[in-house]
Amino acid sequence: MSKIPLQFRHNGRDVAIFVDGGTNLLVALRELIGDMTPKFGCGQGGCGTCSVLVDGELHLSCLTLAETVAGRSIETLDGMKQGPNLHPLQRAFADNFAAQCGYCTPGMLMAAKALLDRNPAPSRDEVIEAISGNICRCTGYEPIINAILAAAGGRISA
Amino acid sequence: MAVTVKTFSSASEAAGALSSDRSARYLGGGTLVMRALNEGDVSISTVVRAQDQALTRIDASGPRITLGAGVTFARVLAERDLGFLHAPARSIGGPAVRNMGTVGGNLFAPNPYGDFTVALLALDASVAVAGGFGSRDIPIEEFLQSRDRQAGTLVLSVSCTRPASTEAFRYRKIARIKPKGGSVITLAAHLPISGGRIAGARVALGSMAPTQIRARAAERALEGRSLDAATIAAAASAATEGTSPADNALGSAWYRREIVGVHLRRLLSGQD
Repeated sequence: MSKIPLQFRHNGRDVAIFVDGGTNLLVALRELIGDMTPKFGCGQGGCGTCSVLVDGELHLSCLTLAETVAGRSIETLDGMKQGPNLHPLQRAFADNFAAQCGYCTPGMLMAAKALLDRNPAPSRDEVIEAISGNICRCTGYEPIINAILAAAGGRISA
Repeated sequence: MAVTVKTFSSASEAAGALSSDRSARYLGGGTLVMRALNEGDVSISTVVRAQDQALTRIDASGPRITLGAGVTFARVLAERDLGFLHAPARSIGGPAVRNMGTVGGNLFAPNPYGDFTVALLALDASVAVAGGFGSRDIPIEEFLQSRDRQAGTLVLSVSCTRPASTEAFRYRKIARIKPKGGSVITLAAHLPISGGRIAGARVALGSMAPTQIRARAAERALEGRSLDAATIAAAASAATEGTSPADNALGSAWYRREIVGVHLRRLLSGQD
C-alpha cells in the first residue's frame, strides 16, 4: 500500500512526512516527527493525554486521522516553552505541584492553553470544564485547577 | 494495519463509495472510526471521507432547523439559535470530544454514548441519508431501528422542528462522573402544550435498550392531560415499560430500571 505525503505546521515549523493510510496524528507526531510530548493513553478518547491544538482548537491526536491535518497548524507541548524559559502555565504547574507521575501533564497543559488562549480570566468552573476530558490518577485535580487559575491570574506562585 | 483512505469532494460520491464496499466506514469526527482502528478492528479496510461544505452547514434561522451530519457539538454550542440543543451538546465528552464529535456520528454511537440522539428522538427529527440510489428522509425512530443495516448509507443531515417554548423540551443525563462521563441513563421529553393539555408527547431514553428508544407507555400517560402531579406520577411509573437495559460498568440493568422513573418524574416536574 502506497504512502501518503502529508505537510502541516508543527509548532510553527513546516514539516513534510509520508504516512500509511489510517495513521493517526499521534503516531505521526511521535514516530515520524519525533515529538514525544503527546502521550498515548487509551486510544479511545477517554483520557486526553494525547491532546494537541489543531488551528488553536483542542483535539485528540489519537482519534485524528493524520491526513486530515494537511495544511493546518498543530501545536503540542513541545512548542509551549518560550525560548529557554518555561511557559507561565508550565511554571504554574511546577510551583503548584500539579504534576506527579507526569503522564497526564502534556494533555492537561494543552487543554489549559486552549482555555486561556480564548478566555484569559476563567472562573474555577470554567477551568474544571476545560480539563474535564483529561484524566489524572495522581493529583485529585485540585493542584491542576489551582495551577491553571494561578497562571491565569498572573501569579506564578500560589 | 494500513487502511485505504478515500477522500471525495462531494457527499454523493462518498455515498456511492460507501454503498459499493461493505468494508468501508465513513469517517466523520473520528471519535468512533479512529477508535475502532486504534483497537485493531480488521473489519474496516477502507475509510471514506467527504470534504463537502453541505455536511457542515447549520440552518437554524427558521422554525425547522437542519444540522449537517458533520456539524460538531462545539459548533452547536456556539450557535445562539440552537439554545434548546445546548444541554444535550454540553453533556457530551470534554472540550476535545466536542470539537471533534459530530451530530451524524452520534446517531451511530453505542451505549453509553449517543446522548444527542436521545434529544433528537424526543424532537421527532428526520435523518437525511444518501445511498447508492439517491437520498431520502427517514424518521429518526425508523433510522435507529435499522441502524445496524445502515452501513452502506451516508447520513447527510438531521432536521427537527424547534420546540415552541423552552419549557416544552427537557433533557437530563445521569452520569457518575461530572462534568464528563458516560451515560447511566439519558432522558429527553418534548411536551407541546395545546389549550393547557399535552398534545404530541414524546419521551426518549438512552441506555435503556440496545439503541435509543421512546418510552411509549409514559407518552400515553402524558398525552391529552395537563402536566400535574398525578399525570407525572403515572408517566414515571410507566417509564420502564418496553425497556431492555443492559449491565455495564456504569450501572446494572436493575439499577437503570430502578432510577428511570425517578429521573423522569424529576424531569417532568422541572427539578434539578
